[in-house]
Amino acid sequence: MDIASSAAHHANLKVTNRFELSQRLVALLTQGEAVIGGIGNTNFDLWAAGRRPENFYMLGSMGLACPIALGVALAQPKRRVIALEGDGSLLMQLGSLTTVATLAPKNLTIIVMDNGCYQITGAQKTTTAFSADIVGIALGAGIKEARWAADEAMFESLVRRALLEDGPQLIAARIDDKPAVATTERDPSLIRDRFMRGIGVKA
Amino acid sequence: MSVGSRIEKSARTSRDEDMGAEPRSDLSTGLKPWHAIVSEALKRNEVRLVTYVPDRVLTPLIDSVHKDDFFTAFASTREEEALGIVTGAWMGGMRGAVLMQTSGFATLPNALASLAVPYQIPLLMFVSERGTLGEFNLGQALVCRTMRPVLDALGIENHTITRLDELDFIVDRSIKQAVATQAPCALILSPLLTGGKKFAH
Repeated sequence: MDIASSAAHHANLKVTNRFELSQRLVALLTQGEAVIGGIGNTNFDLWAAGRRPENFYMLGSMGLACPIALGVALAQPKRRVIALEGDGSLLMQLGSLTTVATLAPKNLTIIVMDNGCYQITGAQKTTTAFSADIVGIALGAGIKEARWAADEAMFESLVRRALLEDGPQLIAARIDDKPAVATTERDPSLIRDRFMRGIGVKA
Repeated sequence: MSVGSRIEKSARTSRDEDMGAEPRSDLSTGLKPWHAIVSEALKRNEVRLVTYVPDRVLTPLIDSVHKDDFFTAFASTREEEALGIVTGAWMGGMRGAVLMQTSGFATLPNALASLAVPYQIPLLMFVSERGTLGEFNLGQALVCRTMRPVLDALGIENHTITRLDELDFIVDRSIKQAVATQAPCALILSPLLTGGKKFAH
């Protein structure tokens, strides 16, 4: 898909739900895949979808899910790594997409939950509610394997594909403006320690 | 790694001799140049990932880590991004350092306060000090004054390195302490050490 057709495609996507997609994602993770959950609702719904030790939850540093995931992917090239991010957060650190495209780690996938708003602060619109197209931006950054998930089933098939084929890949899905169903435990050192043990860095 | 060699091709290799001041001479001390000492201390301590937002003064260090296959070296688009990458690499089992200049450090307080410090990440920051000892850009001079107060407010270990003969000791010990205490560390490379940047006019 090229940038122009991605933007045209955007309006025809099914509006899905973050928690629903998070559950479907977690159900597909059977090989110890590391997941970096971006700030706010994104990692709250990841938390709610199942307590995996290979999940890392950000409590601040908005925009850094992709860079953190890139670091994990470089350190552990044999492990699949997923950055789970929202549109508002990704927009804060768009340059990181170009770094991912340049380094081209085969084991990295970026998943973007796009609700077109900063839901957690009062649902103010982001620029993806207007002309900005996440997949088009990723393609422009040089991430060739970037696609919209048209519905839940396509989301699952894109995740399956990302876990098998070489990346970097980006999967974007339109979601509704519902808040997350739970809140992540806010204990940074515990989160970090559990994650490092979960991905085999600490015994 | 292949990534490193790909990036190396696009790395800056030329130096503008008119703008870049000569590093302090090593003839009087018999010591290696500052960048070689830093590079060797990183290697000795298994710090393999080096990511940076470029700086004129840092160019010889950036060049040397690109040339050495031991390192995975590449530019990040922002210092915050570099901090995130090093954080992820540490959690994945690879030590890393961020190279930046003073104005780049000034973009970091939120990421330090909400990621590196509370998550106990031994983030190594090498900051080329602009804004003092002959600065010609008022913007650099002003932002420089925010650096140490921010580091101190966050309780981040920091040293300003001025002497070549102290450099290896400070870098080597600081890396070991950062790892042992799981805490970020900032090493400020003074113009007294690096030669700094010459006046444009």
